[in-house]
Amino acid sequence: MEKINVVNLTKIFGSHQEKALRLLDKGISKDEIFNKTGQIVGLADINFTISQGEILVVMGLSGSGKSTLIRCINRLVEPSKGQVFINGTDISTLDRNALLELRRQKFGMVFQHFALFPHRNVLDNVAFGLEIQRMDEELRYEKARSALKLVGLEDWEVAKPSQLSGGMQQRVGLARALAVEPDILLMDEAFSALDPLIRGDMQNELLTLQARMHKTILFITHDLDEALKIGNRVVLMKDGQIVQIGTPEEIVLSPANEYVQKFIENVDKSKILTARSILISTDIIASPTDSPQAIFTNMQDNCLTRILVVKSDNTLLGTVSMEGIQIAISRNEQTIANLIETDVPTATINDSLKILISILAEWRWQLPIVNEQHKLLGIVNHHNVLAALK
Amino acid sequence: MEDIPKLPLDHWIDDGLDFLTDNFSFLTKIVSRHLEDGIDHIVEGLMYFPPWVMIIIFALIAWRLASYKMGIFTVLGLSLLWNLRLWESTMETLTLVIVATFIAILIAIPTGILAAVSKLANRIIMPLMDLMQTMPAFVYLIPAIPFFGLGTVSAIFSTVIFAMPPTIRLTCLGIKQVSPELVEAADAFGSTKTQKLFKVQLPLAIPTIMAGINQTIMLALSMVVIAAMIGAGGLGGEVWTAIQRLKPGMGFQAGIAIVILAIILDRITQKIGRGRVA
Ligand SMILES: Nc1ncnc2c1ncn2[C@@H]1O[C@H](COP(=O)(O)OP(=O)(O)OP(=O)(O)O)[C@@H](O)[C@H]1O
Ligand SMILES: [Mg+2]
Repeated sequence: MEKINVVNLTKIFGSHQEKALRLLDKGISKDEIFNKTGQIVGLADINFTISQGEILVVMGLSGSGKSTLIRCINRLVEPSKGQVFINGTDISTLDRNALLELRRQKFGMVFQHFALFPHRNVLDNVAFGLEIQRMDEELRYEKARSALKLVGLEDWEVAKPSQLSGGMQQRVGLARALAVEPDILLMDEAFSALDPLIRGDMQNELLTLQARMHKTILFITHDLDEALKIGNRVVLMKDGQIVQIGTPEEIVLSPANEYVQKFIENVDKSKILTARSILISTDIIASPTDSPQAIFTNMQDNCLTRILVVKSDNTLLGTVSMEGIQIAISRNEQTIANLIETDVPTATINDSLKILISILAEWRWQLPIVNEQHKLLGIVNHHNVLAALK
Repeated sequence: MEDIPKLPLDHWIDDGLDFLTDNFSFLTKIVSRHLEDGIDHIVEGLMYFPPWVMIIIFALIAWRLASYKMGIFTVLGLSLLWNLRLWESTMETLTLVIVATFIAILIAIPTGILAAVSKLANRIIMPLMDLMQTMPAFVYLIPAIPFFGLGTVSAIFSTVIFAMPPTIRLTCLGIKQVSPELVEAADAFGSTKTQKLFKVQLPLAIPTIMAGINQTIMLALSMVVIAAMIGAGGLGGEVWTAIQRLKPGMGFQAGIAIVILAIILDRITQKIGRGRVA
C-alpha cells in the first residue's frame, strides 16, 4: 500500500519563483538558474512513492535538497509545485487546522541535532507531542513512559537533556517521535551527529524496532553506507534532483551514472550484495535413487569431487563425495541413499556476501542456497563471490 | 536660516496634548486617584511592621534568591538607612519602583511578544523604543502632570514609559533567539502558534526576559528619583530638597541610600534570571 506519494515536487527558494520554474522546465541547471535569477532550486521535479512499512533512505551531499524534501512531506516547507499525497490525500489542499491535525496524528520527526527542549526533562520531552494533542496528563505520561522503554531509557525520566550523552539524547528524540504512535517517521540525518560506534548501535536499534513496529520511515543521510544498511530502497539526490532510486543491491550492482559509480566505489559491497545477485543455478545434481555408477560418470564428466543430492521435489538432502561413490560401487550398492552426508552448510538468498564468505571460509566446496522449505535454489562458490566483490 | 519661519513643532505637540488632556483627563484623573490610594496603602503596609522585622524579611529574600552574602549586605545596608532616618523615604521609593516595574512588565512583555511574532508590529514598535530611550527622561514628566496631576501617579506614569523599553526589547530578542531547530520541532509535532509560544518560546526566553526586567527595575529606580521634581517624594524627594536648600551632606546621604537600594534590587533580580538558566 502506498503511504506517501510524491509527484513532480519542486521547491524554489526566493521571491521570483515563476521565472526560475520556467527555466527549470527548460532543463537549465541549478547553478545557472541561481546565476540568472538569484533563485535557489531546492528540489526539482521529484517523484517517488513509499509503501507502508518501508524504510526509504534519501542520500545526497550537503545542499542536495534532502532537508527540503523531508520538510515538504509534512509541509514545514511549502512546495512551489507538485503534490505530496499522504494516504492518498493531497496535503497541499489541507487548511491550517487539518494540517496541524495531520502533523499531530501521522508524523513523528527526529532531528539531526536532536532538538530536545532544554527546559523540559526527558519524560516531558517525550510527552511533548501528546501534550500538543491535549491528551490528559495521566495517559500522556503512560504513553511517554512506554516510548522511553522502547529506547531503553526508562530510568532517565527526570534527567534534563543536557545531562545525557549524544546517543542517549537521540534516543529521547526517537522516543519523542514514537510516543505519538505515528504512521510515518521522518528522520533528518538523525544519526549524523553521533560517534561511529554509537551510530552503528542506533542503526541496529532502529532496524530492530522497525522489525517490530512496521512504521513507514523516510530517513535522510549523507552517508551512503548508512543508506545502504538501513534502506529497503535508497534515493540518491544531487542538486535537488533524483539521480537514482532503487534497492541497495540495485544501486551497487548497476549505478545509474558516473556520479553514483564514484559513490559506491568505497562501499563495502560484501555487506550490501546478497546471494540473490550472484546465485548460479545448477543442474549437476544427484537424486537419492540414482545408481552410484551413473553419478560416478556424471561427476567424472564434470570434474567434481562432490555432488549435491536433491529429492525430486527439489528438497536438498545433502552431498555425496567421490570416495563415497567409489565405495558404493565397490560394494555394488543400488542407490546412494545410504551415503548421503547431511552436514552440508546452506544459506538463503537474503544472506549477504559477508555471511557467505564466512561460511565458504570453512567449507571448501560450493555452497547451496535454499529457501525456507529447504528447496535448492542454486549455488554460490568461492569464485563468483570474489568476482562480485571485485 | 532666520528668514525661514520656524516649524511650530512645539505648538503642534502642545495642541495634540491639549486635545488629549481636554478629552481624557477626566478618565486619567480617576485612574490617578485610585492608583494613588493604592500606593498609599502599600506604603502603609510596608510601614506597618517595625523596620527590623522588614529588614529580616528583606534579608531572607536576598539570601534565598541571591546569596548569603547578599543577605548580610541587605541587613547592614537597610540598617544604615534606618539609622539615617531614611526608612520611610526608602519604603516610598521601593513602592514606586515596584508598582512602576509591575505596570511596565505588564505592558512590556505582551508588547515584546507581539514584536517578536509580527513583522508589522516589530516595524512599529522598534522605532518607538528608540524614541522612548533616547528622549531625555525629564521630558516625560511634563505631559504627565496635566493627565495625572502632581505627585506619585505622574511619577509612575513617566517611570513606566522610561523603564519599559529594555523588557520589550529583551522579550522580543529572547523569543527570536530560540533555536530555529526547537521551533521547528514544535511545528513538526503540530503545535499551534499559542502552544509554540507558551510551551517552547517563552520558557526558553525567560533568562533573557529576566535580564530585561532587571534593567527595567534599574531604570525605574533612576527615574523615580528624577520624578521627585514633580512631587514623587521618597529618596528622590530628599535629594531634591537637598538641592533646593544647597545641603550637599543631605544630598549624598540620600544618594547613598539610593545606591544601597539599587544594589539589593539588582543582585536579587539578576540571580533570579540566572537561576532559571541552570
Ligand atoms: N530557507 C532557505 N532559503 C534559501 N535557500 C535555502 C533555504 N533552505 C535551503 N535552501 C537551499 O536549498 C538547497 C537545499 O538545501 P537543503 O537544506 O535541503 O540541503 P541538504 O541536502 O539538507 O543539505 P545538508 O546536508 O547540508 O543538510 C541548498 O542549496 C540550500 O542553500
Ligand atoms: Mg539537511
